[in-house]
Amino acid sequence: MKKTLILTTSLVSFGFAANADITVMSWGGAYGEAQTEAFVKPFVAATGKATIMVDSDNPATPIKAMVESGNVTIDVASLEYADAIRLCDEGVLEPIDMSLLPAGADGTPAAEDFLPGAVTECGVSTDIWSNVFAYDSSKLPEGPTSVADFFDLEKFPGKRGLRKGAKAVLELALMGDGVPAAEVYDLLRTPEGVDRAFAKLDTIKDQVVWWEAGSQAPQLLADGEVVMTTAYNGRIFAAAQNEGKPFEIVWDGQIYENEMFVVPKGAPNMADAMEFIAFATSTEGLRASAQQISYGPARKSSMLEEIIFKDGKTVMAPHLPTAPENLTNALETSADFWVDFDSELNERFQAWLAQ
Amino acid sequence: MAEATPTLLTTADGRPLKAALAEAQVRAKRRAFLLVLPLLAFVLLTFLVPIGYMLKRSFEHDGFANSAPALRAWFAENPGFDPADPPEAAYAALVDDLARMQVERTTGIAGTRVNYSVSGTISLFKAGARAAADLQPPFKEALLAADAKWGSPALWRGMESASHVYTPEFYLVAADRKLTDEGWARGEDKERIYLYLFFKTFLISGIITVLCLLLAFPVAHLLATLPMAKSALLMILVLLPFWTSLLVRTTSWIVLLQEQGVVNNMLVAMGLVDDKGRLSMMYNMTGTIVAMTHVLLPFMILPLYSVMKVIPPSYARAARSLGATSWTTFRRVYLPQTLPGIAAGSLLVFILAVGYYITPALVGGADGQLISNLIAFHMSKSNWSLAAAIAAMLLAAILALYWIYDRLVGIDRLKFG
Repeated sequence: MKKTLILTTSLVSFGFAANADITVMSWGGAYGEAQTEAFVKPFVAATGKATIMVDSDNPATPIKAMVESGNVTIDVASLEYADAIRLCDEGVLEPIDMSLLPAGADGTPAAEDFLPGAVTECGVSTDIWSNVFAYDSSKLPEGPTSVADFFDLEKFPGKRGLRKGAKAVLELALMGDGVPAAEVYDLLRTPEGVDRAFAKLDTIKDQVVWWEAGSQAPQLLADGEVVMTTAYNGRIFAAAQNEGKPFEIVWDGQIYENEMFVVPKGAPNMADAMEFIAFATSTEGLRASAQQISYGPARKSSMLEEIIFKDGKTVMAPHLPTAPENLTNALETSADFWVDFDSELNERFQAWLAQ
Repeated sequence: MAEATPTLLTTADGRPLKAALAEAQVRAKRRAFLLVLPLLAFVLLTFLVPIGYMLKRSFEHDGFANSAPALRAWFAENPGFDPADPPEAAYAALVDDLARMQVERTTGIAGTRVNYSVSGTISLFKAGARAAADLQPPFKEALLAADAKWGSPALWRGMESASHVYTPEFYLVAADRKLTDEGWARGEDKERIYLYLFFKTFLISGIITVLCLLLAFPVAHLLATLPMAKSALLMILVLLPFWTSLLVRTTSWIVLLQEQGVVNNMLVAMGLVDDKGRLSMMYNMTGTIVAMTHVLLPFMILPLYSVMKVIPPSYARAARSLGATSWTTFRRVYLPQTLPGIAAGSLLVFILAVGYYITPALVGGADGQLISNLIAFHMSKSNWSLAAAIAAMLLAAILALYWIYDRLVGIDRLKFG
């Protein structure tokens, strides 16, 4: 009896105290703030249901661990596209009932209103974001203009910031080596293509500062630790708009993808979580998000009217990854590719880093 | 009042004294056991059970075995099959399982398991599972027509290996071996990482231990010999970082050592280095060693101090008065007496350093990563079995070191404070 008592008390105290709040897990920083303003606060105001936002460097990691250990404390999580598909296949996520998603404000049914691929079996897109590279125009007045410049140490000497991981780095390396966007993934499926990407990275390896959390990239640029860095485009936009940093984005060679809201299997407030997702990914929800940070909405109806930044004057269209002028040399992340090769290429990447 | 007989002592109520005593001792023992029960349960629950679970996990993965019963049965009946050319029966079992995976939605789990050793399997399984219900015999031709990868010997080896719930596969991967068409073989040099990182982790931990010892020895000596008031102040200075958050201490090192940091700015201002030649002391091995040495220093100072505190100063004075030089006194008289402290501090620092994670993750950059960062990496990529296998190897290496230490120095000579 005593042992059971000890066992149960310790188990209870291990788990988070269960509470009725809807918990949303996202990426923190400027992005987390934008989602709080665009989704969480309006949802609380509209429904009166207590909702809180928590941060993670990559929410895919903790929710997988939570579902495997049977201790899920998160109701909604914001995942990269490939992770949303991979975890769905592994049975970690709840399927989304498409019929719960509201029609567009103009009456278009949800199925037609969302851009292709924006709704998957287990996820709904909240925005389209991009891996871009950016530089400080006060330090480089004659700034880089193409993805090849990122790898050109002679023209632009100085350190580079890169996200520590294979994804979006190998693609960038190949594009920097002159591979057209359409051929990148075909090439990466071959050993020669992978070798070529790493060979390109080798040329700048000793000049790279690796970052992991999204907020580190603009920080490295602001500190002058790097002359240019890859970053999530919204983080650079936020630093430029909110803090007046002289950061410029180079859209050439951008790598964009959908960001997905998902519900982990066994979420404590399942019905509320679905309601939250439906609310957040409505026409107005996605518009509100694009007013906070420069990530594109995945519904056509959200873009019918011009989107203005929260400062009331900046027109968002040219700052979005989906703007036609930003898509001249752009690559959409291949979820299929990364579902298959994520572990192998990341292992290779780690081995390459350590050498 | 019972009377005591000369042969048998009894208690007041007439029971034999021996039995009463034994009973009282059992009662006391039981009470003592109840007192330690919470600790025992705590250790069991938070230490032994998780380690046992980890060890089990490093051998176990049922993702494929449970989703593919037909293939599993076929593999069990045909242990000597030729992976380069499996017969129709094997393909039939595979199609059967793929159709079942599609219905039970286990394609991802099964594919992920095989994908650990054969990349590209997840999408192969997904496509295969979608098509499985419509395939007609002969299944071998049908599958190979859908995707030639189904005929890959490595894939069949991978599936055979994955059909066992318990497998040493994760240890093979952790020893830098790779599954090829011909079976497990030494991985290519550009892919080898684990053994190299093990070696590097132990080397860096050794360097950090030596640095800690060199820095801690004089400090501990001062602490032990200064007058009370001054040594108390010094002790606070030693303990202050100990009470500060690890993250804060590590981040302060980033502020100090980064290229645009305090140290570099000072060097540039003094004209010792020019602005282009700022030193790289952060996000590399140097950063890891500096920050970890600082973080682990108290673990060396405190055991040293506790030993030095009780060394009578009269020994050194006696040696001097007998004509020994100060160096001889230190080497022959003082140093040997501090050995238990050195041993304890070194063991403590070394073992902590080997498993260190946060500091190298924050300041290690590319080449300052340790094996623990790779364990964390596989945890985050949800290959828990591989993470468990690497962790188990680390545990085994530390236990081996501990054993060697016990043989050489003797664990009873250890003095932690």
